[in-house]
Amino acid sequence: MKTKNIVKILLSLVLVFSFSSAWAKTIKWSMQGDSLTLDPHAQNEGPTTQVSRQVYEALVQRGLDMKIGPALATKWKATDPNTWIFTLREDAKFSDGSGMTSADVVFSILRAKQRTSDFKEYISTVSNVEAVGDYAVKITTSKPNPILLNQLSNIFIMSKAWSEKNFAMSPQNWDAGQETFSATNAMGTGPFKITLREPNTKTVFKRNKHWWGEMKDKKVTQIELLPIKNAATRVAALLSGEIDLVTDAPVQDLKRIGSSSGHKVESTAQMRTIFLGMDQAADKLRTGNTGDNPFKKKEVRQALYQAIDIEAIKKKVMRGLSEPAGIITFPGVNGYTADLDKRLPYDVDAAKNLLASAGYPNGFDVELRCPNDRYVNDEAICTAVVGMLGKIGVNVNLFAQTKSKHFKELKDNQGDFYMLGWGVPTLDSHYVFHYLYESGASWNKVNFSNSEVDAAIRVMEGEVDLDKRNAAIAKAWKIVKDDISYLPLHHQVISWAAKSNVNVPIRPNNEPLFRTASFN
Amino acid sequence: MGDNSLTTWGRIKDSDIYHSFTKSPTAIVSSVILFVIFFCSFFVELITPYNPFDPSSLSLMDAFTPPSWTEDGLAKFILGTDGQGRDMLSTILYGSRISLIVGFSAIIFSLVLGVGLGLTAGFFGGKYEMIVMRLTDVQLTVPSILMALLVDGIARGLISREMHDEMAIYVLIFAIGISEWPQFARVSRAATLVEKNKDYVSASTIIGVSNLIIMFKHILPNILRPVLVIGTIGLALAIIAESTLSFLGVGVPPTTPSLGTLIRLGNDFLFSGEWWITFFPAIFLVILAFSINLLGDWMRDTLNPKLKK
Repeated sequence: MKTKNIVKILLSLVLVFSFSSAWAKTIKWSMQGDSLTLDPHAQNEGPTTQVSRQVYEALVQRGLDMKIGPALATKWKATDPNTWIFTLREDAKFSDGSGMTSADVVFSILRAKQRTSDFKEYISTVSNVEAVGDYAVKITTSKPNPILLNQLSNIFIMSKAWSEKNFAMSPQNWDAGQETFSATNAMGTGPFKITLREPNTKTVFKRNKHWWGEMKDKKVTQIELLPIKNAATRVAALLSGEIDLVTDAPVQDLKRIGSSSGHKVESTAQMRTIFLGMDQAADKLRTGNTGDNPFKKKEVRQALYQAIDIEAIKKKVMRGLSEPAGIITFPGVNGYTADLDKRLPYDVDAAKNLLASAGYPNGFDVELRCPNDRYVNDEAICTAVVGMLGKIGVNVNLFAQTKSKHFKELKDNQGDFYMLGWGVPTLDSHYVFHYLYESGASWNKVNFSNSEVDAAIRVMEGEVDLDKRNAAIAKAWKIVKDDISYLPLHHQVISWAAKSNVNVPIRPNNEPLFRTASFN
Repeated sequence: MGDNSLTTWGRIKDSDIYHSFTKSPTAIVSSVILFVIFFCSFFVELITPYNPFDPSSLSLMDAFTPPSWTEDGLAKFILGTDGQGRDMLSTILYGSRISLIVGFSAIIFSLVLGVGLGLTAGFFGGKYEMIVMRLTDVQLTVPSILMALLVDGIARGLISREMHDEMAIYVLIFAIGISEWPQFARVSRAATLVEKNKDYVSASTIIGVSNLIIMFKHILPNILRPVLVIGTIGLALAIIAESTLSFLGVGVPPTTPSLGTLIRLGNDFLFSGEWWITFFPAIFLVILAFSINLLGDWMRDTLNPKLKK
């Protein structure tokens, strides 16, 4: 009797363990910050999109090679320069089992165009969306749009019925601190569904068994996102085996992780440029001491630019893993040229002279706002900049805080001088101008305004002749570069570290696609 | 009795304390260490050529220089530099000055508060005593570091962000001071209870000396011994509390780091082999706290008549 019991227990243990090791495998994923909101249209921010991307899908998507391919739409054609017909996948289902139809697509695109959406700039040229039967959608643009597909790859499709039921018809008003059901819950057509959400602590993704596609490795059944803000703690968690994947491995620790036999490190140039912005519209700096706004003068902006020793930042803060930048866009984006990307020389004496000729021989006071959990070594870069600007007499007070507060207060026009990073998901310069340079654009917090640039942006949106369009882009880059509206710092290089047996392909937009993950 | 008894020095030399001090190597060593640390911290401008609190004097290219005796070390940075190119030795000395100022101020604050309340409670008794003593009981159930975190958190909410960096040090002093006072209150109340029934107090009362004068002129000097002993040990605790709070990121800002802030900043570089950034501030803190504790132990042994052989 007794032995029988023991055999039973042993057998069940064997069963449990063989199942768990063969099937239920979890990838524990960590980065320094969390998604800001689960509402797929509320915040256009990297980690937020990284999380939404596992749960929601768009009409088209970028594959591992970053090329646009079919997703919820299987094919598309332009019937005339302003009209596109998208044929939808008929087997796509939301994770609650309901089928996805053209009504959901129309609803989602219109939702992303609402005032509280942070994605409205992406599809500002879309003038009309209508269903053509259950599985086709007609999208009309106000003018010919050569980058519509790139833009649509970031507009996630939600369920209309689910949104109606949960009062999520409009995107969460993130800037105003609104709390909605859709901000803490997600229900999409993607490969995963979220079963647990504790912001800044833990998010659990489980396989969505209704997903239309095929996982690369069926053993990947669960993903857990566990943000760890402190770099050393994150690395310790990875080395001790508590975490499987870190998508922002600290540059100073890559050698240590690489030397561990159970781990591997991969680096790639990221599609993101880090820069500093200076409010040029305010009559008086909020944190200044001169009673006016020195940033209005180009000499001052150039002085700050030339006072920053970007090579020192690259060598000491980024440990060689960054590429100094001359413009806020990077190789691979339409409109980028190596010539534009050249920086003004680092020259402290020239900077001092510029400041003096602008009327600030003794410098001025200003506060630099920085996130401390968003970009690679963001706070350390800012600290270094504070020291460098101190050398030309500009007394900078550093204010570093968590990214959710940083972005919110920036949107609320509270920053005189701030750090921001910009990726270009559409891989076209238009995206940068539309968000950062167009008069009154949502992230144009330097309040740059130039009618020629605005006109060039209109050309980028409506010109199908590629030569003319590229000429407009080149002209716009020249104007903004000469104006020094922002201080570009560098293009970020990202490094992913993972356990040797966990394969998650690294991508230049820093977005993991867990459907392509595998174990070996 | 010789001439010695006439001069102050002579009287000191003749005292029990001096005798016991010269007989105790630990007391001598720890007080020498403390003297060196105090001297270097308070006259740091004279000792080091660098001012780590002035960001414009730093060069980022100097960052991560290892200590001078290692292969890549430079003679001008004896203990190496941190991630911003600050000389570790001068940063530690500047930092320990902040730690010492916060520690001393906090302990004096809690000493005044605790002894004031304990003395009056013991002297007057009644409901007032009950209230004060129950208050200490309640506060002793909360660990002092939690109490300090709570006070610090509330203060952060009340003070505007612009003022915060300037006020941080005062907030810390208040937070640590308020979390340590019950010790002093209890000890001084107990000592007062013993003293107040002695003849000299009765005599003073009979000739009509006011309560205030009896308390502070007659009783206070007699209860100071135990208070000084726990004050010394409390100083080490206060310095450690300051470091803990700064390590947790709620203490002084990184631009003017104390020892705890330095250890926190260096923590990020532990895995990458730049051990000196966190090691030296940490070892400095250990030596500082250890020396104060040893001196406190010696004081307890000497000043407590019951322990005398």
